[in-house]
Amino acid sequence: MNKIGLIIRREFLTRVRKKTFLIMTIIGPLLMGALFVAPILIAQQTSETSVIQVLDETGLFYQSLQSSDDIQYEFIEPLQSDDPDERLEYLDKRKTELNSEEIYALLYIPCGYHCDLNYIEKSIQIFTENTVSLGVKSKLQRTLEKELERLKLTRAGVNLEEIESAKTSVTISTIALTGDEEVEQSSELSTVVGLLAAFLIYLFIFLYGAQVMRGVIEEKSGKVVEVIVSSVRPFQLLMGKIVGVALVGLAQFTLWVILTTAIVSLASAFFGSNLDPEALSTAQNAAETSEALRFFNLLQSINFPLIVGSFLFYFLGGYLMYGALFAAIGSAVDSEADTQQFMLPVTVPLILAIIVGQTIIEQPDSALAFWFSIIPLTSPVVMMIRVVMGVAPWELALSMICLIGGFMGTVWLASRVYRVGILMHGKKVSYGELWKWIKYKG
Amino acid sequence: MSSPAILKIEDVTKAYAEHVALDRVSLEIPRGSIYGLLGPNGAGKTSLIRIINQITAPDSGSVWFNGEPLAPRHVEKIGYLPEERGLYKKMKVGEQALYFARLKGMSEKKAKKILVEWFERMEIQHWWDSKVEDLSKGMAQKVQFIITVLHDPELLIFDEPFSGFDPINANVVRDEILRLRDLGSTIIFSTHRMESVEELCDHIALINKSKTLLEGNLEEIRSNYRTGVFELAFTGKLPSSLPEGIELVAEKEGLATFKLDQPDSPNQLLNVLLPHAQISGFREVIPSVNDIFIESVQNA
Repeated sequence: MNKIGLIIRREFLTRVRKKTFLIMTIIGPLLMGALFVAPILIAQQTSETSVIQVLDETGLFYQSLQSSDDIQYEFIEPLQSDDPDERLEYLDKRKTELNSEEIYALLYIPCGYHCDLNYIEKSIQIFTENTVSLGVKSKLQRTLEKELERLKLTRAGVNLEEIESAKTSVTISTIALTGDEEVEQSSELSTVVGLLAAFLIYLFIFLYGAQVMRGVIEEKSGKVVEVIVSSVRPFQLLMGKIVGVALVGLAQFTLWVILTTAIVSLASAFFGSNLDPEALSTAQNAAETSEALRFFNLLQSINFPLIVGSFLFYFLGGYLMYGALFAAIGSAVDSEADTQQFMLPVTVPLILAIIVGQTIIEQPDSALAFWFSIIPLTSPVVMMIRVVMGVAPWELALSMICLIGGFMGTVWLASRVYRVGILMHGKKVSYGELWKWIKYKG
Repeated sequence: MSSPAILKIEDVTKAYAEHVALDRVSLEIPRGSIYGLLGPNGAGKTSLIRIINQITAPDSGSVWFNGEPLAPRHVEKIGYLPEERGLYKKMKVGEQALYFARLKGMSEKKAKKILVEWFERMEIQHWWDSKVEDLSKGMAQKVQFIITVLHDPELLIFDEPFSGFDPINANVVRDEILRLRDLGSTIIFSTHRMESVEELCDHIALINKSKTLLEGNLEEIRSNYRTGVFELAFTGKLPSSLPEGIELVAEKEGLATFKLDQPDSPNQLLNVLLPHAQISGFREVIPSVNDIFIESVQNA
């Protein structure tokens, strides 16, 4: 095994064996999995039936409040009295009974004096021992709103059937003209995918770039470095470290993808089998299913090989470039506390990239978007967004070539600083000093 | 193939932005010698050692190893213990030693075999699987020493070898270094504490302000710097007058110091003294390397 190989192996193994790597590897997919599973769990939760007592003084809602799987309505006979005080007393009595029975909540629909619809819509109350879940509350609201609307329209003499038939829903499909093919796309979806990929690149560059920097500082402050560079060239040590950490990043990412997929598919298999097949066949669910089908079609319209390929390229290219810069910073200082003054110019382009990245979603072909996706310091983040949204092949090629040139340039520059910096102790380093180091020969 | 000098440095110059670290330095290090590279802090010793270790390159001049121009493959034949030394704290001792051995080009199998021998010799074999941070300082120093020498280098370079070692470990290390010399290694000691290596070295180079002041066999250098001063322990009374060429420098409580114009014939002095005093001790005062250094700085 050659020397760079040995260094890569050490850098990789010492990090992968750390407890933090294991913890991150497990926590990452759990969080991602939770993102997917939580909505299912929440959906499962509400399927537990809640009993809601309804005290409907108006008598208008008996038809519309139909018990379902999740909510069961129990209508209470209202007090036949014209005296509002008596009716309130009656309500108070019902409220005190609430805690003694296994009742989720008490829905109170007052009549007021004339059961005026405009009065009713403002005066509905729900009483509960604990809190009313958002799902239940919004369902109640929807049902009551719909019924009140219907009642108002009927009283105004409007033909409800006509209104029903006039209901319209417009969907605009985005069709990308790629060559002769016409592929349906979703710009919302590509925005989300693009932003997610760009953010991951941004995160990984920071996360693993900082690891490279910390590794360099550890070797320098632990004074191991001179022992090592008497066996290998500083450039070999630098590259070995950067590549080793990159492999840690890729390993972590791969494990995340595998574990997340496993968790999600396990979860959906487990919860999926609990879903009531009859519920799926109801009209509303059918509409949702067709929406889901459309979503999957759109997912397929995204060019995943291109996106995954670009992601790996821009992650590696961006990381190599920033990793080298972080390593140079680490070599120039004696401890992590001294890194601040050099961190700023390195982090600013990255942060700028993520800010610009969010704004170019509106105008992915603007001059701003073009230049930020060509300049290597920002292209890993910005171009990643544009790749998902569709970009001219020559622009992508130019951006990639610039990034390769960029990281070769920064690695060269960083290695010039690094080879001097690692052997320099107890000296406060300025930018002028760094420039001298770059110019040293040999 | 084997030239008498394992390492030859010719006219090496190295300058940094503000100062010249080495100014046309030339040295020849004989095979099998213990060579002292001596001089105050900042004289340029570490710069020279880094050039020998190919950590940096000279601006001009050349370095020859075994008669060949110094090349990357030679790092495997050199062992270096820098002044700034340390180990990966979180790494296990054995694994770490193995890593350094492999960086020096050893195969894993061979490195492991030799390491086990060394660990037993240094009595630290039980610490193979411990992390470095759990070792005592003395044990870490032993590990550091093993890492320097385990690839059986032809040339061993120790920068400030005994700084940071406690006296017991310093002795252990000293004995090991002498043993390695007897087995055929050449040793370079670089230090500003000249007295610490004086008795070990057979060759020295004195470096001051980036230049070589003098270089060569220590005995020869010493004889060149003989001052003709002799020390006498006696009882009785010294003669009131001394012949020409002998001068009484000091006398105090039975100890006298003489300076002879002809240091090669001390008997001349004894003949004068014998009738007057009982002589219990007589020796030539040999200049220490420190004295030689100070004198050569003044002469330069």
